[in-house]
Amino acid sequence: MTKLPLLSLLTLIPLLGGVVVVSVGERRAAIARRLALAVAGITLLLAATLAARFEPGSGELQFVEKVRWIPALAVDYHLGVDGLGLLLILLTTLLVPFAMLAPGGPPHRAPLYRALMLFLEAGLLGTFTALNFFHWFLFWELSLIPAFFLIRLWGGTAGASAATQFFIYTLAGSVTMLLAFLAIFLAVGKFDFLELAELGRADRLTAHFNVNFGWYALPAETLTRLAFAGVFLGLAVKVPVMPFHTWLPATYAEAPTGVTMLLTGAMSKMGVYGFLRILVPIFPEQIRALQAPLLGLVVFTILFSAATAFAQRDLKRMLAYSSINHLGYCLLGLLAAASFAAPEARPTTEQAAALNGVLLQMLNHGLTAATLFACVGWLEQRSGGRRDLYDFGGLRRATPVFAGLMGIALFSSLGLPGLNGFVGEFLIFKGTFALAPWAAAAAVPGLLLTAVFLLTLMQRVFHGPLEPRWTALPDLTWRERLALAPAVALMFALGLWPQLVLTFTNATVVSLAEAWRTF
Amino acid sequence: MLPWTIYLSFAGALAVLLVPQRRAGAARHVALVFALAGAACGFSGIFAYRPGQDLLVLTRVPWVPALGLEYLLAVDGLNLPLVWLTGLAAVAGVLFSWNVTDRPREFFALYLTLIGGVYGVFLSFDLFLLFFFYEVAIIPKYFLIAIWGSTRREYGAMKLALYSFLGSALVFLGILAVYAAVAQMTGTPNLDLAALARLDYPAGFQRWVFPLLFVGFAVLAGLWPLHTWAPTGHVAAPTAASMLLAGVVMKLGSYGALRAAVALFPAGLAAWQTPVAALAVTGIVYGALVALVQKDFKFVVGYSSVSHMGFVLLGLVAINELGLSGAVLQMFSHGVIAGLLFGVVGRMVYDRAHTRELDELAGLRLGRRLPFAAATFVLAGMASMGLPGFSGFVAELSVLLGAWEAWPTAAVITGAGIVVGAAYVLRAVQQAFFAVPVEAANPDPDGPLLEPISLPERVGALLLLAATLVVGLFPGVLLDYILPSAGALLETLRRVGIS
Amino acid sequence: MNAVSYLHLLKLAGPETLVVLAALVALLADLTVMRGQPGRFRRRIAALISGVGCGAAGLYLAQVSVHGTTFGGMFTVDPLTQFVKLMLVALTLLTVVLSLEADYTDHVGEHFALLLLATSGMMFMASAADLLMVFLALELSSLSLYSLAALNKASERSAEGALKYFLFGALAAAFTLFGFSFLYGLTGATHLAEVAAGLRGRGFDPLLAVAVVLTLVGFGFKVAAVPFHLWAPDAYQGAPTPAAALIASGSKLAGFFLLGRFVVLTLPETTGQAAWKNFTAGWVPAVAVLALASMIVGNLAALAQRNLKRLLAYSAIAHAGYLLLAVLALAGAASRSDAFAALVYYAGTYALGSLGAFAAAGFLERTRGDAAIAGLAGTGRAAPVIAAGLLVFMFSLAGLPPLAGFPAKFYVFAAALNAGPAPAAPFWLVATGLALSPVALYYYLLVLKQTYVVAAPSDAPSGCSTWSETLVVTVAAGGVLGLGLFPQLLLGPLVRAIQSAGL
Repeated sequence: MTKLPLLSLLTLIPLLGGVVVVSVGERRAAIARRLALAVAGITLLLAATLAARFEPGSGELQFVEKVRWIPALAVDYHLGVDGLGLLLILLTTLLVPFAMLAPGGPPHRAPLYRALMLFLEAGLLGTFTALNFFHWFLFWELSLIPAFFLIRLWGGTAGASAATQFFIYTLAGSVTMLLAFLAIFLAVGKFDFLELAELGRADRLTAHFNVNFGWYALPAETLTRLAFAGVFLGLAVKVPVMPFHTWLPATYAEAPTGVTMLLTGAMSKMGVYGFLRILVPIFPEQIRALQAPLLGLVVFTILFSAATAFAQRDLKRMLAYSSINHLGYCLLGLLAAASFAAPEARPTTEQAAALNGVLLQMLNHGLTAATLFACVGWLEQRSGGRRDLYDFGGLRRATPVFAGLMGIALFSSLGLPGLNGFVGEFLIFKGTFALAPWAAAAAVPGLLLTAVFLLTLMQRVFHGPLEPRWTALPDLTWRERLALAPAVALMFALGLWPQLVLTFTNATVVSLAEAWRTF
Repeated sequence: MLPWTIYLSFAGALAVLLVPQRRAGAARHVALVFALAGAACGFSGIFAYRPGQDLLVLTRVPWVPALGLEYLLAVDGLNLPLVWLTGLAAVAGVLFSWNVTDRPREFFALYLTLIGGVYGVFLSFDLFLLFFFYEVAIIPKYFLIAIWGSTRREYGAMKLALYSFLGSALVFLGILAVYAAVAQMTGTPNLDLAALARLDYPAGFQRWVFPLLFVGFAVLAGLWPLHTWAPTGHVAAPTAASMLLAGVVMKLGSYGALRAAVALFPAGLAAWQTPVAALAVTGIVYGALVALVQKDFKFVVGYSSVSHMGFVLLGLVAINELGLSGAVLQMFSHGVIAGLLFGVVGRMVYDRAHTRELDELAGLRLGRRLPFAAATFVLAGMASMGLPGFSGFVAELSVLLGAWEAWPTAAVITGAGIVVGAAYVLRAVQQAFFAVPVEAANPDPDGPLLEPISLPERVGALLLLAATLVVGLFPGVLLDYILPSAGALLETLRRVGIS
Repeated sequence: MNAVSYLHLLKLAGPETLVVLAALVALLADLTVMRGQPGRFRRRIAALISGVGCGAAGLYLAQVSVHGTTFGGMFTVDPLTQFVKLMLVALTLLTVVLSLEADYTDHVGEHFALLLLATSGMMFMASAADLLMVFLALELSSLSLYSLAALNKASERSAEGALKYFLFGALAAAFTLFGFSFLYGLTGATHLAEVAAGLRGRGFDPLLAVAVVLTLVGFGFKVAAVPFHLWAPDAYQGAPTPAAALIASGSKLAGFFLLGRFVVLTLPETTGQAAWKNFTAGWVPAVAVLALASMIVGNLAALAQRNLKRLLAYSAIAHAGYLLLAVLALAGAASRSDAFAALVYYAGTYALGSLGAFAAAGFLERTRGDAAIAGLAGTGRAAPVIAAGLLVFMFSLAGLPPLAGFPAKFYVFAAALNAGPAPAAPFWLVATGLALSPVALYYYLLVLKQTYVVAAPSDAPSGCSTWSETLVVTVAAGGVLGLGLFPQLLLGPLVRAIQSAGL
C-alpha cells in the first residue's frame, strides 16, 4: 500500500481549497468559482484513485491511518475505508461538482457559495472515513455550519427559519449522541468504533455498564438501552426517521437547489452510515431486543412519508418526502438484517442480500434524488420561480429533452427494472421478506404509493395540454445536458450492470454482518 | 524568566506614562512592545517547566518576616497555560485598542497595570501575595471602565468594583481564618500555598472556610447568582477592557477558587460539592437562556461568559482529573474565545456602526460590508458553541466527563445548555451580520462608508483564532501540562483527607 | 522623695524638651524680631525654627536609645515609646511644611508654637505612666489643638468647629478625670502599674465599671469613636488645613497608642470577654461596642457626604473602629506584641495617609473656595500630582494593595483573630469590618470618580498647587506606597522595639 495518507488528503484538499477560494474570491470572483470547481474535480479524481487501488475482494478496512492524538481521552486519529465508506466517498465526490453546476446558485455568483460547498464536502468525507468518535463527531458537527450558511444566505423566503430549524434540530440530536458516547466512555473507556464493535460483538458492553452512575442505581440493561437511545436519536434526526423529520421538508424546499442536492444526496447518507458503522456494531443486542418497535417505526416512516408526498403540491416538498421514503427502505433492510438471529456464524444469503441492497440503495438514491432536484431546479429557474404541481402541463412538447431525461430519473426513483433504482429496492425486499416478513409486507404499499405520486407528477408536469405560457420554455442547454448526462448514464449503467458496485460491496457486507453478533 | 512577565508589565505601564504628550500616539507602540515582551517571557516557560514536573519555585524572598509572608512565585501545569492565555489576551487587546485616541497614555498604562496584576495572581504561590495582586487589579479595572467605557459606564464600573471588593472581603476573611488556623496548628504563621495544602485542618473549620474562600473568589468568576456585575460591567467597558475582563479577569476568580479553596480543603470541598455544582449548572443554563433574549449584541456575549464560566466552576468541584483539567482548559479556551467575541463586537462592529442593538445592526448588511468581521464572528461563534475542532469542545467534554460520575442529571441538563448556547450564537450571528440576505433583491444604498478592518484588528483576531484552533485540534499542547499537575493536586487532597 | 537628676531628666525627656524649646523660640522670635515683616517671611522663619526643633528631636530619638523612668515613675521611656514619638515628630514636620501656606492668620508665632506644643503633648501622651501624666498630656495636646483649630478668625465655620471641639473635649476631660478619681479611690495609687496591682482580684464591681466607662469616654473622644465622635465632622471640616491635618494624624496616633498602653498597663485584670456565648463584663465588651458602632456609623454616614473634609472625618471615625479592634486584641496575653505592632502600624500608616489627604483637601479648599467633592472635577488633568496623591490616599484608606492600608488591615484583623485562646475580638466584629469595606470603597471611589472621570466644568478656576502642598502630598503618598510594597520597612523596627520594650 502506498504511504501517502490518501484519506487525510481526501478531507484536507476540499477544506484548504475552500479557504483559498474564499481568500481569492474577494477580488477575482470568476477565477475563484472555477478554482472551486477544479478542486471538486481533483477530489473526485482522488476518490477514483482510491477506488482503483481498493481491493474489492477483502472486506477489511483499507488505507488505514492511525496516530495517537489525545491519549487522556483515548482519542486516536484513526481513518479507514471499506466498501461502504468507499461507496459513499465516491457518491459525495460525484455529487459536489454536479451540485456546483446546478441551478439556483447565488444571483451574483459569489464564490463563497462554492467555497461553502467545498467545506461541506470536507465535512462529509471526514465523517465517512472516521473510525474514532471524536474525529467522527468533529466532522459531523462541522458539516452543519456550511450547510447552515448555504441555506441561510441563499435560501428562499423562509430560508432563515428553515436554516435555524435545521441547525438546532440536528444539533440537539448530536448532543444526545454526545451524551450517550460520554456515558459509554465513562463505562468502557474507549472512543474507537472498532474497539467498541468488538465489545458489542462479544456482548460485553452491558457488563461494562455495571457501574454506578449515581442515577438511582439503574440496572446495567437500562443504562445500555439509554445509551442506545441517545445514539439512535442523533442518527434518527439525520436520516431522518419519522417523527424526527420535521426539519427536512422546509429545509429541502427553501435551500437553493444545489444545496438540496447535497443534502439529500450525501448528508442524509451520513445518518444511514452512522447506523451501519456505529449503532449496529455496538448495540446488536439492543437492536435485536427492540426489533419490533424499530421496524415498526421504519415502516411507519415509509408509509407516512409516501402518503404525505402524495398530498404535496410543491414539487420540492414532494421530492423531499420521497427522499424520506427511499431512505426508509435503507433502514428497513438494515434493521431487518441486523436484528435477525442467524443460526450459524455466517450471515445468511438473505442478510447479505438485504445489506447489499441497502448499500446500493444509498448510492442510487443519492444519484437519483440529486438529479431530480436538479431538474426541478431548472424548471423553477425557467418558469420564474414556480414549482407547484398544477402550474405546469404538457411540457414534453415544449422541452422534450428535459422531459425525457427527467422522466428517466423519475422512473429510476420509482424503481423501474433496468434503471438503478430497481436493484437496490429489489435486493432489500428480497432479503427483508425472508428476515422480517411482516415488515416487508407492510412496506409494500409504500412502493405503490411512490409509484402513484411519481406518475402523477409526470403526468401533471409533462403530459396533458400545454399551456400557452409554457410554449416558449427553453429546453436544456448543451451545458446542462452535459451536466446531466453522466448522471443519467450512470442510472442506466447501474441498473443494467449492478455488478459494477456489488463487487465492491459484497465482501464488505459479508464482513460487516459477520462482525455483528449474528449467532 | 517567568517573573519578568509581571515586572515588564508594570515597567511598561510606567514607560507608557513617560511618553511625551506631543507623541501620545506612540503610547500604543510602547504598550505593544511590552505586551509582546511579557508574552514572550510567559511562553519561555516552556523551557523552564517540563510537563509532569513538580511545582517549580521561581522566586522565594521573605517579604514581611514579622508576619511570615513571603514573595513567592511558582509555576506548575495549572497556572502555566493561564500565563500563556494572559500573554495572548494582552497582545490581542493592545491590537484591538489601536484606535484609542482619548488619553492613550493613561489607557495603556492602566491596561498594562491590570495585566501585571493578572500575571502576579497566576504566578503567586503565597496566599497573601496572590490576594495582593488580586486586589491590585481592581484599581485599573474601575478606571478603564469609568473613563473609556460606553453604556452606563460609571454605573457599570462602580458595580464591578464593589462586587469584586465584596468577593474580596469574603476572601480576606477566609485568608485571615486560614492564617490564624495555621498559626495555631504549626506555631509559625505562613501562607505558602504548597505548605498549606499539606496541612490537615479540622473538618468543622474546613466546612465554613471553604465556602468563604470559594464563593469569595467565585464571585469574580461569575458564580450564579452573584454574577450580575458581569454583563453590566462587560458591556460598559471599552473593548480591550471587556476582552481582559471576560477573558482573563474572570479566570482570576476561578483560579483563586482552585488554589485557595479546592486545593486546600478536601473535607470542605466534599461537603459543598453538590450545592456548588448545582449553582454552576444553573449558571450555564441561565446564562444561555438570558443571552437568547438580549437586544444588545454585547450583552449576548456578556451573558455567554457567565454560561461558559459555569463549566469551569462545575469542573472545579468534580474532584477528578478529567473534571479539573477540563476546568483549567476551559479557562484558557473561554479566555481566548471571549477575547475574540468582544473584539468583534466591540472593535469591529461597534466602533464602526456605533450601535450594538441587534435590530439596528440587522439593517446594516454587515455580512456583506465587513466580511472579515463576519467570518471571524462565525468562527468565534462556532468555538463558543463548543463545536469540535475548537478548544471549547475538548474542555467542555472533559468537564462533562468529570461531572458525570457524580451528577449524571447535571450532565444532561448541561447538554441542554449546550443546545441553547448554539441557539443564541446563531441568533446573534444572524441578526448582526446576515439579517438581510446578502444578495438582496432590492439592495438599499450602502449607507455611510464603513472603514475596512485594519491590520492590527486582523492580526489580533487571527492570533486568537489560531490559539483556539490549535488547542482544539491538538489539545495535548495544553493537556500534557494540565493533567499531571491536576493529578498531583488531587493526590495531595486524597492524602490529606477525604476526597 | 528621690532627688531628681536633671541630667537624667534631660536624657529621658530630651525630645520633648527640644520641641518645647523650639515652640518657645519660634514664638519669641515672631513676637520680637519678626515684627513688621511680611507674613510669608515670618512663616518661613518660624517654620525653619520649628523644623530644626523637630528635626533635632527626631535625630535624638533615632540615635539615642534610652530606657528608664523619671518624674517619680510618671514618665517612662522605652524603645517603643521612642519609636512612636519619632513617628509623631515626622508627622509634625510635614504639618510644619503645610503650615507655610497658613496665610489665614496673622498670628504666625502662635500658630507654630501651638503646633509644637500639641506635638509635645502627644509625645508626653506616648510616655505617660501615671494617671495624672495621662490627663496632663491629654489636655496639653487637646488645648493646643482647640486653639489651633480656631486660629482662622475670619471663618465662621472654623470658629464653630473649634468651639464644638473645645466644648466636647472639655466635657470629655471632665468625665475622664472623674473616672481617674474613681480609680484612685479604688486603689489608692495613680501610677498605672500600681493601679493595676490594686485592681487585681477585685472582680468587676459596679464602681470599677463606672470608672472604666468614664475613662473610656475620654479616650473615645480623643480618637473620635462613636458615640463620642460628634465633634469630628464639624471640627475636621472647619479647621484650617494644618490644624485638621495634625488632628487627623498625630492626635489619632498618640491617642490610640496611649489607649493601648493604658489598657495593657492599667486594666489587665478587668478584660472581660465580648463573645456571644461567653460574655464577661470588662473593658473588652465596652470597647467592642465602641468599635462596632464606629465602624458602622462612620462608614454609613460617609456615604452621604458631599464635602471632602467631612468625608475624611467620617472615614476617620470608621478607621477608629478598626483601630479599636487592634486594641481589643491587646486583651489576649499571647498575642500582645502582635496586637501592639498592628495597632501602631495601622495608626501610623493611617496617620500618614490622612495627613496627605488633608493636604490635598487643603489644595481643593484654596483653589475652589471650599472642599466640596464636586469641585474635584478635572483635577486629574489640572493638578496631576495632587490627584495622584489623592488616588494613593483614598485607596490606602480603602485598604487596597499595593498601598499601606492593605497590610495594615491584614495585620489588625489577623492579630484580632489570633488573640487566643479565645479571640478577644470576636469573629463577628472582624466580619462586620470586612463586610463594610465595599461600602467604604464606594465613597472613596466617588471621590476618585470626580477627580479622574468627571470632566472639569468650563468655568472652573484653575489653580496650581503650591510647592509645600506638592511636597507634603508627594512625601506622604510615597510613604504610603512604599510601606504598602515593603511593610517590613516599618514593621521590622517596630517589632524589634516592642520586643526590647518587653511588652
